[in-house]
Amino acid sequence: MAEMSYRDAVAHGIAQEMRRDPSVVFLGEDIGSAGGVFKATVGVLDTFGRTRVFDTPISEQAILGAAMGAAMTGMRPVAEIMFSDFFAVCWDIVANEIAKTRYMTNGQVTLPLVIRSGNGGGSRFGAQHSQSVENWAMAVPGLKVVAPSTPKDVVGLLAAAVRDTDPVLFFEQKSLYATKGEVPDGEIVDELGKASVLRQGPAATVVALAAMVPRALAAAERLAQEGIEVTVIDLRSLVPLDVTTVATSVARTGHLITVEENPRLCGWGAELSSIIAEENLFDLDGPIVRVTTPHVPLPAADALEDAALPNVDRIVDGVRRSVL
Amino acid sequence: MTDVMQPSVDAGPPALDVRLRLYQMMVEMRDFEKRAYDLFLQGLVKGTSHLGLGQEAVAAGFGAALAPSDYTFATYRGHNHTLARGVPMAPVMAELMARQLGLMAGKGGSMHLTSVAHRMMGSYAIVGAHLTIANGAAWSSKLRGAPEVTVCFFGDGTTNIGAFHEALNLAVVWNLPIVFVCENNRWMEYTPIGSVTAVPHPAADRAPAYGLPGIVVDGNDADATYAVAVAAFARARGGGGPSLVEAETYRHGGHSRADPGKYRPDEEVAAWLERDPLPLYRQRLLQAGVPEQALVSIEEASHRAIDEATELAKASPPPDLSLVEKDVYADGGAAWRR
Repeated sequence: MAEMSYRDAVAHGIAQEMRRDPSVVFLGEDIGSAGGVFKATVGVLDTFGRTRVFDTPISEQAILGAAMGAAMTGMRPVAEIMFSDFFAVCWDIVANEIAKTRYMTNGQVTLPLVIRSGNGGGSRFGAQHSQSVENWAMAVPGLKVVAPSTPKDVVGLLAAAVRDTDPVLFFEQKSLYATKGEVPDGEIVDELGKASVLRQGPAATVVALAAMVPRALAAAERLAQEGIEVTVIDLRSLVPLDVTTVATSVARTGHLITVEENPRLCGWGAELSSIIAEENLFDLDGPIVRVTTPHVPLPAADALEDAALPNVDRIVDGVRRSVL
Repeated sequence: MTDVMQPSVDAGPPALDVRLRLYQMMVEMRDFEKRAYDLFLQGLVKGTSHLGLGQEAVAAGFGAALAPSDYTFATYRGHNHTLARGVPMAPVMAELMARQLGLMAGKGGSMHLTSVAHRMMGSYAIVGAHLTIANGAAWSSKLRGAPEVTVCFFGDGTTNIGAFHEALNLAVVWNLPIVFVCENNRWMEYTPIGSVTAVPHPAADRAPAYGLPGIVVDGNDADATYAVAVAAFARARGGGGPSLVEAETYRHGGHSRADPGKYRPDEEVAAWLERDPLPLYRQRLLQAGVPEQALVSIEEASHRAIDEATELAKASPPPDLSLVEKDVYADGGAAWRR
């Protein structure tokens, strides 16, 4: 067991998989010599060399097209899109090509590939380098969508994503890169589509993802001081979506609060809420509350960005609105 | 600016067996596309389709030069290129007719013909995207040390979209074993490519900017396309890197479906019909001493084949409705929740 940063866990996870499987190759902008713009891939080039690690031009379509073509012919590429905002310039390859080709070809084509991307706000980078776009990805049939919140989950879920036979979008929350956590020694392989129950409490079920997980835990701590004990679930994966864990918890608590960094409209919490409302309505003892970034682009100024993103106060307030 | 190749002058014509094969491929493509058009008018071909009538010499010339393990990527106008890989007519026609027998059981349709078993790695309907994907297949061949090449066909309209430029640059930077083939049929959809492009040869004139050979070839001359293909594939297979070929050709019909193509000047259409690759090649083979009966045999066999394929496709039922939720994910299903 070693303490490791979320940032270092990325390189650790990539190296674990590249060591295991020679068909895993890694490509993207500044990922090799520079060690990644977030320093999340430091050392990978030194370990595996230029026959497996490829610095690319700023050509997001060419990066993801190369990953797709290689995946359909026997390789298992891991591609990086530096900022998830840049998915907008290569969304055709993601949404029209990678996501749909298995279906359109009646299962002839298999695309075992991973697209990692720095996602989310908190860095004061402004509206084009701060978005949380996991809900874009979730809306496209054919993709799997993962967003870890801890260093251990980075390693385990990345391994699961690389070994999965479907294309996986792997969102690394930029505001978590500096956070640290325990990572067990040896190979770690997790499972896609399995939420983690991080805290148990009878008053309400708070479901969060990625950078919203530590905030939800902090809110739970504050509520506990008032005698309100809530359950906190880290969803970890949007596709597959672990409805069972959430529904089981809601059946006990009677309250659901989602905490989403993505802007409100069509965020993942809306889908989760609709499922619970449709299938578990009579378990509910209060309104479902969604705590989200409002339907705005993210502003750059720290004061404004902090006001836009869900924070502990808003989560606490959201729980109160459901339980009271 | 570009290398205009005159291969039949340089290297002599292909061997007789190759020439008969080229003729057979073109006749089959022509029969297939004419039948697809008839079936469309009868309401039996559903949705949309983009015919390659008039452009057969490109798909045939390059198709005949491929080794079985090489990869093909094509566009929504990809019937010819699919047949050129040896995919039987019946499943292709059945795919157009939305039948269970279809190449993808009707899930892809005319614009997405794919047969991985024939290394026909797909027909792509978003202009430009598949150049980047074809790069990936070529990259994979290189990574695996496999002596495979990739050929990627696309239209003239593709040369003005970003993915074209991203793909050419990366192919050269990574020295990929790939041959890009632009079928310049002069019209994007309803607009002439020359009216919206800064250079006369929309593909080949861009090649110098990316450091790869830009080759212009008569796309209605099967001997010429074959010779260019052989040279470009040999270069790619030998580690010489990618090439960009611009084959000048013309589509006999409209862009898609029932488009009559009336926006094109009558004189232009007439001039290109004079240069129809099929009678042109037939005449050349006769002049080379091929007995007419050999050509008639090819033609009759093709006519029988398309009739049989049509009947097989017509006899096939619509796809099983269980296919709607099949193969979204690799577990075979569409489940997104647990």
